Amino acid sequence: MTNPVIFWLIALVVIVSGLMVVLLKNIVHSALFLVVTFVGVSATYVLLQADFLAAVQILVYAGAVSILLVFGVMLTVRGDIKSSNLFNRHKLSGGVVALALFLIVERIILKTEWVLSKNPAPESTVGPIAEAMLTKFVIPFEVAAILLLVAMVGAILLAKGEGKPQ
Amino acid sequence: MITLNHYLILGAVLFCIGLYGALAKRSAVAVLMGIELMLNAVNINLLAFNRFLTPDKMVGHVFAIFVIVVAAAEVAVGLALVINIYRDRSTTMVDDFDWLKW
Amino acid sequence: MSWIDYAWLIPVFPAIAFVLIVFVTKKVRMLSALTAIVAMVLSLIFSLGVLFQVLGSHITMETPVEYSIPWLSVPGVHITAGVLIDPLTAVMLAVVTIIALLVEIYSVGYMADDEGFSRFFAYLSLFTFSMLGLVVANNYFQMFFFWELVGLCSYLLIGFYFYKNSAADANKKAFITNRVADFGFMLGIFFLWLVFGTFNFQELAEAIHHYENVGFLTLAAILVFIGPVGKSAQFPLHVWLPDAMEGPTPVSALIHAATMVAAGVYLLARGFVLFHAAPTALLVVAYIGGFTSLFAATIAITQDDIKRILAFSTLSQLGYMVMAIGVGSITAGMFHLTTHAFFKALLFLGAGSAIHAVHSNSIFDMGGLYKKMKVTTWTFVIGALALAGIFPLAGFWSKDEILLVTKEAGFTGLYVIGSFVAFLTAFYMFRLIFIAFFGEKHSDHHAHESPLTMTVPLIILAVFSVFVGFIGAPFVEHGFASLIYFEHPHHAEPDYGLMITSTIIALAGIGLAWLLYGKKAYDPEKLKQRFLPIWTLLYNKYYIDEVYQWFFDNVVMNIGAAFKWHDRKVIDGIADGFSALVRATGARLRFVQTGNLQTYALVLFAAVVIVVLWMAVPALGGM
Repeated sequence: MTNPVIFWLIALVVIVSGLMVVLLKNIVHSALFLVVTFVGVSATYVLLQADFLAAVQILVYAGAVSILLVFGVMLTVRGDIKSSNLFNRHKLSGGVVALALFLIVERIILKTEWVLSKNPAPESTVGPIAEAMLTKFVIPFEVAAILLLVAMVGAILLAKGEGKPQ
Repeated sequence: MITLNHYLILGAVLFCIGLYGALAKRSAVAVLMGIELMLNAVNINLLAFNRFLTPDKMVGHVFAIFVIVVAAAEVAVGLALVINIYRDRSTTMVDDFDWLKW
Repeated sequence: MSWIDYAWLIPVFPAIAFVLIVFVTKKVRMLSALTAIVAMVLSLIFSLGVLFQVLGSHITMETPVEYSIPWLSVPGVHITAGVLIDPLTAVMLAVVTIIALLVEIYSVGYMADDEGFSRFFAYLSLFTFSMLGLVVANNYFQMFFFWELVGLCSYLLIGFYFYKNSAADANKKAFITNRVADFGFMLGIFFLWLVFGTFNFQELAEAIHHYENVGFLTLAAILVFIGPVGKSAQFPLHVWLPDAMEGPTPVSALIHAATMVAAGVYLLARGFVLFHAAPTALLVVAYIGGFTSLFAATIAITQDDIKRILAFSTLSQLGYMVMAIGVGSITAGMFHLTTHAFFKALLFLGAGSAIHAVHSNSIFDMGGLYKKMKVTTWTFVIGALALAGIFPLAGFWSKDEILLVTKEAGFTGLYVIGSFVAFLTAFYMFRLIFIAFFGEKHSDHHAHESPLTMTVPLIILAVFSVFVGFIGAPFVEHGFASLIYFEHPHHAEPDYGLMITSTIIALAGIGLAWLLYGKKAYDPEKLKQRFLPIWTLLYNKYYIDEVYQWFFDNVVMNIGAAFKWHDRKVIDGIADGFSALVRATGARLRFVQTGNLQTYALVLFAAVVIVVLWMAVPALGGM
């Protein structure tokens, strides 16, 4: 099994960078820490022996999503970039709700008796995932493809703006 | 020994951080970031359950992939909306979006 | 072919005529009249067939013919629609169909210029259907059903000239008064049903025979009697009948003199077994009848509207019938009903003929009609003589029969009242005749004799009025008394003393009327001035209407106002209060809808936290 130290390190990175995403006032910095978080989560996937998902995480999140977000920032932020990511009036109440939710979920997790499996995980997950995707989950797979297509068309249409063919 | 609970609590922490971001940030982009954090937390949970409860089945993995698909689509459409709104109102501050009432 | 087996068709013919007139022939006036008359002729043929078959066979009051079909069947309640044929039914059927047919023929002339000609015949057909259905009914429920229909027709026909306010008021008055009475009737039959579990006349008769609780029977009988009090316009529910004269005159003749108002008397005869078992109730019936007859007759002597005089005369005569049944003789009551139907229809149709010629209802506007309208005058005189009870016309026999049974039953007080009413009857009828037909011409009218469709029915009715009394005359073997009776036929010996007395009384009445109005030996106007308070009281019908109006204005309206207040303030207040509460809450809660997405999300997650916490508390063991 994995070394607990590695887990704790990764967990620390994920949590601290996640907090940075939320707490920093400069939205570009937030975006950067978001990438760090994504990478940390990807490392967590590796610890969970999900090598394929770890790769996808890097590709999709750390690569595509964060770039998209930075684009969004670039296209929209005006004024002082140093205070581009401020809290709204729910700074305190939102924190209370989030904390309360965490405490409840944490209690429930610790109270629950999990039925753990002794079966070993496969060495490589790509093959089994492919098999599952193309047999049992083939319909959702196709639907997901359509969803992506629709999202793409929709995103283009929305971003392009209405009524102005260019 | 790292158990399921460690991963689950890591997921819970990340989820709540994302939730806080989604609830308490003014910028629409920052809200989207918070939502991404929440989705990632969900994925950690899915994979942790898959690893510890049913390691020989790939259901958790498949589900996580779908979550990533949906997240990607959501970010794309969400940002398109933000840009659209920005073009209309010259702002991305969610505080200023108050058309969702009577 | 047995007529009785097809007796159910008798009410059906007019019903078909009604439907045909309403849906098919409405536009073609004469065709409507023809439809109604043909249907009536068929009903008449069947009715006479039934009557002769009853006379020629062994069907008596004890051995009627009855058949029925299920009508309403739910667990616990089985109501049938059926036909009960006994001599009572047969006679009644014949009377109703004959009068109805003559009235319809008469109406062809009387209503000739009326806009609502077809509508009138439709209503008449509907009315005869209801009345005949009531007559053939074999159970109280069916009877009540048709009873209500009859009331409805009465309402429609009184309000025939619905564009006149007085007619609209009169038909409402009639309907509401009858509703009050019908409610009592309905309660009565439901009481009977609760105890005996049947509506059927014969089953009830059998059951009542073995029933001991006289107190209950008295209650039920009095409740049932309230129905006839309304329908036959007995005191104190008589108020609607004089106002019912707002309807066209043929209707007054058919409904408010000859047939419908007789329905109450018919019901008393049909349900007599119940009253017989409750002597107290019977006593009430007798005294109500006696009182009404005197009460109405005294009013009649002061009225000047020809139809109102006849209406109060009808009240008075109905009081006679009710009294006769009350003293225990359905024979006398039904006999008088039969004869009265003919001469009262005659009088009303004659009055209609006069009104038709003069275009006024007041007897003082008429005068001198005997020169211009010979047929009308002389038939009217025959009707009046019959009503006054002059030998040997119809009224003589039936009125004597009533007086005789009253005297024999030991009701001396009622006998004296009855005799006095006979005097009053003769007086007011001949007052009318001497003023309207033989008096001087008071107004500038150009009266002329009515057309044949109107005079022929008058003549036929006059003939009946002369001869129909002989069916019940004491010296006739197998007459009326051996036909309609309760338990055992009562063949009265002719009481010549009584006959002579009543004839003298009637002649005295006529003579007084002649002295005052014919010979003018004493100026009636002076007499009126001398007894002005009494005259005023009588002329205003003892102020009963005013008393009711006062009662209505001061008691009913106040009760209504109290209920209205309760409804508006309490019931509506609760409802309005809730709506105001919702509205006020909404007005405050409106501001919760900030439109801010993150506020919504915050509330959503806060709610999730609370709900999860609530649901998780057991799992967490109280934490």
